[in-house]
Amino acid sequence: MSLAERAVARRGTNFELWSWYYFRISGVLLLFLALGHVYIVHILTPIEQVNYAFVAARYAKPFWRTYDLLLLLLAMSHGVNGMRLVLHDYVRSRPWRVFAYSVLYSAALIFTVLGALVIVTFQPVPE
Amino acid sequence: MQVKCKIRRYNPTQDKKPYFSVYEVRMEPTDRVLDLLNEIKWKLDGTLTYRRSCAHGVCGSDAMRINGRNRLACKVLVRDIGHKMTIEPMMGFAVLRDLVVDMEPFFEKYKAVKPYLVNDDPAPVTERLQTPEERAAFDDTTKCILCAACTTACPPFWSNPDFVGPAALVNAHRFIFDSRDKAGAERADVISGREGVWRCRTVFNCTDACPRGIQVTNVMEEVKRKLLYDRA
Repeated sequence: MSLAERAVARRGTNFELWSWYYFRISGVLLLFLALGHVYIVHILTPIEQVNYAFVAARYAKPFWRTYDLLLLLLAMSHGVNGMRLVLHDYVRSRPWRVFAYSVLYSAALIFTVLGALVIVTFQPVPE
Repeated sequence: MQVKCKIRRYNPTQDKKPYFSVYEVRMEPTDRVLDLLNEIKWKLDGTLTYRRSCAHGVCGSDAMRINGRNRLACKVLVRDIGHKMTIEPMMGFAVLRDLVVDMEPFFEKYKAVKPYLVNDDPAPVTERLQTPEERAAFDDTTKCILCAACTTACPPFWSNPDFVGPAALVNAHRFIFDSRDKAGAERADVISGREGVWRCRTVFNCTDACPRGIQVTNVMEEVKRKLLYDRA
């Protein structure tokens, strides 16, 4: 099959287009969310105050849970999308590529579920 | 000026792997690198093989990697490179011999983007008119001479030879942005696919490499934006 024929066989799939667009949008959002997180947690708050009680107080407000969940989902999807492209660029052998993608997507799933579970179900333990 | 020139040599029928030959030649500072190659081939080593045709930066035959950057040998002066020079074939293509690479995969991709005007409307009595602004939209990409300097300077292409590459996309841009052309959707199928324009990482090597001064990376971004806006 020539390149043109192969391309026509894939007609209608705009996945790469939306992936590229999502990259830009999520990148801009992450710029504010991640820098905001760093500023609030690591600069505005003295380091000795960042402890369990600090996190528990934060997570009493749904706003911070939403903030962190958004940060988690955007960072994971943005990062995994980037890794997907790096692997596509550099892992040329088919079996290795399948293996690399499997590792990437499994890790992404596990970490996203774990992180989301903590953010959503967190209950402060009284000291 | 005295020039020490290292050239990457490879003859697949004799050599197990590529090697470098070193030549010392005396050149005028205003000689071109192509003159230097001719000097070597004609006076020192007749086995040195490279492509050249017009020798005036129009045919695009003698693109090669000179001190790590893709240049036309006929468009760069010896004094601008210096006393030490390393010349290699363009990267990403199979080497046929010395500085000559197999350009067939390059032209296959070029053909895939339909680099010609497609318009099945009945021909008008006079020309298909275009405003100066409509003509200006694709002026930059009419300059391409298909030397492959941009495509073979592109890191995503080095690692992924399936990527259509900047040169094919420049030529797609030439017709996508032509107000008279009607084949935008057919070209979009080729350039928006998995190995299409989205593999571009805006490295800017292509812009640096283009001997015609085409703003290749800018062209790529224009193509991406057009594809996006057409879907939205």
